Parts: sequence; structure tokens; C-alpha cells
Amino acid sequence: MQPTTALKHTPFYDYHRAAGAKLVDFAGFEMPVRYTGDVREHMAVRQTAGLFDITHMGEFDVRGAGAAEWLDRMVTNHVGALAVGQALYSPMCRPDGGIVDDLLVYRYEDHYMVVVNAANLAKDFAWLAQHKPAGVTLTDQSDETALLAVQGPKAAEILRGHVPDAALDLGYYRFMPGTLYGVPATLSRTGYTGEDGFELYFHPRHAATVWDGLMASGQPHGLELIGLGARDTLRLEMGYMLYGNDIDDTTTPLEAGLGWTVKMAKGEFHGREVMAKQKADGLKRRLVGFQLDGRRVPRHGMAIRSAGRVVGAVASGTFSPSLELPLGMGYVESALAANGTALEIEAGSTTLAARVTARPFYTRGTHRS
Amino acid sequence: MTFPDDVRYTREHEWAREQGGVVTVGITGYATDQLGDVVFVELPEVGRKLETGKTFGVVEAVKTVSDLYAPLAGEVVEVNGALGDNPAVVNADPYGQGWMVKIRLSDPSSFQSLLSSADYAKVVEEQHA
Repeated sequence: MQPTTALKHTPFYDYHRAAGAKLVDFAGFEMPVRYTGDVREHMAVRQTAGLFDITHMGEFDVRGAGAAEWLDRMVTNHVGALAVGQALYSPMCRPDGGIVDDLLVYRYEDHYMVVVNAANLAKDFAWLAQHKPAGVTLTDQSDETALLAVQGPKAAEILRGHVPDAALDLGYYRFMPGTLYGVPATLSRTGYTGEDGFELYFHPRHAATVWDGLMASGQPHGLELIGLGARDTLRLEMGYMLYGNDIDDTTTPLEAGLGWTVKMAKGEFHGREVMAKQKADGLKRRLVGFQLDGRRVPRHGMAIRSAGRVVGAVASGTFSPSLELPLGMGYVESALAANGTALEIEAGSTTLAARVTARPFYTRGTHRS
Repeated sequence: MTFPDDVRYTREHEWAREQGGVVTVGITGYATDQLGDVVFVELPEVGRKLETGKTFGVVEAVKTVSDLYAPLAGEVVEVNGALGDNPAVVNADPYGQGWMVKIRLSDPSSFQSLLSSADYAKVVEEQHA
């Protein structure tokens, strides 16, 4: 017998299998990477709507006196500025400025929900627990939380009549507790695709009710099942970060171009000193987007050269189904970060011509702003 | 997954169909399934001499990239130029319109050394387990 580690399953696992998904190990979960085809799934989200099982992501409940002040020390964006019903994207940094994870913070009436990457769940929980003051309670609710995303221009139409009307009026990064096909859920106008859409949090016991409901109301609108493959191409066309590829313990939010999430004025937080110094001294390297000539695709880890000299490495790369060209992101010396700068990417025995390009690469998305 | 009987196979997931000392070569349905949507196929020049097992091209899919390995030694006599405009046909019809190159074999009898569909099915089963 080979020693095996049992992979976890989301409550939607049987649906994925029944749909013929190709399943892969992702952060310890057996998850659908593809149902019909990466391009078809990608275009469905851009043109109609797609359904993603992202239950593997982690949810922490944070509450108690001083919860907001503490979270503001842990993350770089400003939790204290959130209104009830608002969500926030933020890096969480170490004192040296390296990124522990990028996450969402939701402000409810009486507590916060922190949503983290599956691959970082244990690390994040330990990190938060280690820094938590008495009086704040931190609870891992991941096993009690199912999470589906409905993304695409038809997302709101699909949910109409199955969520309170007020949910359809939510602005981007706003959420409300409500009902979803009659079961209690958090309805959040957020996503990782660049399209309008919702992320829906509810108890796993309601998995069948919600899934069957979405299938029934989504079908007339062309709702398709979307795997992790298309999730990656969709986010990359928008220039959104993937932890482990584009950001990690060794990169700071400023280097990653996430300066808009770093609120120096809010007071002390982990990494503030390092980021103040980076702001004062200038950055040695920056994450840039680039497009390529031809159809060869840049891949994670390939060396980036300029005038023959190695100046960085590819963080993420893919073939963009919407734009029908190869694109990627990578860290390069700051002097080479200007739009239009020519770069060379080493792909085995050949060199690919690339040029620095503004992000998002895809600018026709329907997400609210 | 089933594999057509009218072609022979390699462990690198290529198929070859022989006619008059020339083999038509492509990648198998299992390979396209693993790769996902093919977006680009880099093929050799006509006239290039290929050695058995050496790379002769590249298949780029959205999520991954794979080298192409010559199933047998010979000379490239034709490449499928239609893949330039429509690489997706590799996924849609891997054993037909998705063919990649035609090779005139250095040794026509070498074709018999390739795997039968039954043997290839076993290879897939082993690699997939």
C-alpha cells in the first residue's frame, strides 16, 4: 500500500463527480480543476455566468472588545473604517513586511469574518492566535461554512427571487445576512473574476438546497460550472494576486502594487516600519504585468531578462482566453517597471518577447466599482 | 477512456498512423484531457530529421505546456498548418484533424515497435493510478 493522505471533500464533491469534473489536490482538498474546458468555462463567466465551489477557503470568526483595533494591527488595510455590511480586501503582513496571506474582512453588526486562502488556513490561524489579545475570540468556522461564488453578467438575474431584493442592490464589496433559496446565508457582492457577482456563505447542511436551487434558476441563463483552471485565468486577466505565485512571505504589498491597501495613516500595524522605509527609499523591485508576442505562454518560475541580464522571474502566466494572447506578471527591477518596457522571458531553449503592460489586462468586466 | 485500434502509441502519449512508410503523428485523447485547452502548437520545419524520443515541438495549453517527442526516426514531410489558426482542433479531434506532423520513416518496419491500443491503455492506467 502506498501511504496516502486523505483529501478533504467539500459538500459539493458528489456534484463535481457527477458533472464529470477533473479533480485535483488543491490545498488538501479534492477540487474540480475543469468540467468542460478552461476556455469555455472562462468565457461563460465573461459572457453569462459561472458557479464556483470555493468552500475550501477558510473563515474565521473574530469578536470581542477591541476586535477592530486588533485586526487593524494585523492587516495593512483599514478595518476601523468599515461600515457594517462592508467587506475589505487586505494583505496580512509580518513585522518584516512579508505577506502572511491576502484575505477579506467582513464587518457584521457584532463581529468580523475573516476569509483566508485554503493553502494558508492553518498558518493564518496560528499567526492570528499567537498575536491575539485577551478579550478577542478567534474561532475557525471553516468546517461549518460552505462557500459558492456566482460570477458573471447574469449573476444577479439568476439570484433574483431567491435572495432578498436588497441583495441585488448591494454595491461592490458590500454584503448582507439574508436568505438564499430559503436558507440563512451571507450574501456578498464580491468576487475574483472582474465580473459582477456574489459570494455566498452558508452552513454545509444546506448544500443540496442551494446547489439544486442555483442549478434550476441558473440553467435558463446559461450558468456553467467553473473549475480552478478558469478561476485562475479569470483572476489573472484582472491582475488579481494569487498567494504563493504573486505574493508570499518574501514580498511586501508595496512591491506587489498593493499600495492602495496599505493605510499608513491608520496607526501601527505589522510591517508598517518596513513599508515606510520602502516608501522613503523607493522599491528595488516591483510586480509588473506583461503581454507577449506570439502564442508561447510564460509560466511560473521562468527567468525574466533585459538586455541579456536576469532581472526577475515570472510569478504567474497564462494564455488569456478573452484577449487571445499570452500574458503574465512577475517581479522585475524597478527601473524596468514602466509600461512598454521590453523584457525577454526564458522558455526552455527559446526566448519570448514581452512588454510591460498596464493591469487589469482585461478592462471590459462588469464588476461594480 | 478508449483508444482507437487503427493507430499505434508511445508512452509519451503520442499516436502514429502508418501508410506507405509515412506515419501521421498526433497526441492522444488522454494527453489532451490532461493538458486542457490547447492554444498553440509549435511544429518543426518540413525536411527536418527527427530522432526517436527527441523533442520536435511544443504544445501550449492554457494551464500547462508539454514537449512533443518523435515516436520514430525519420524526416518531416508535412506539418498540419491548420493548427496555427485553430489549435483547439487538437482537443476536439485528436486522432483526426488534430494531427501534427507526417514523418517518412527511416526504417518502415520500426512502426511495429510502437504500442498497441491495449498496451497503451495499460500505460495510461499505470500512470493515472
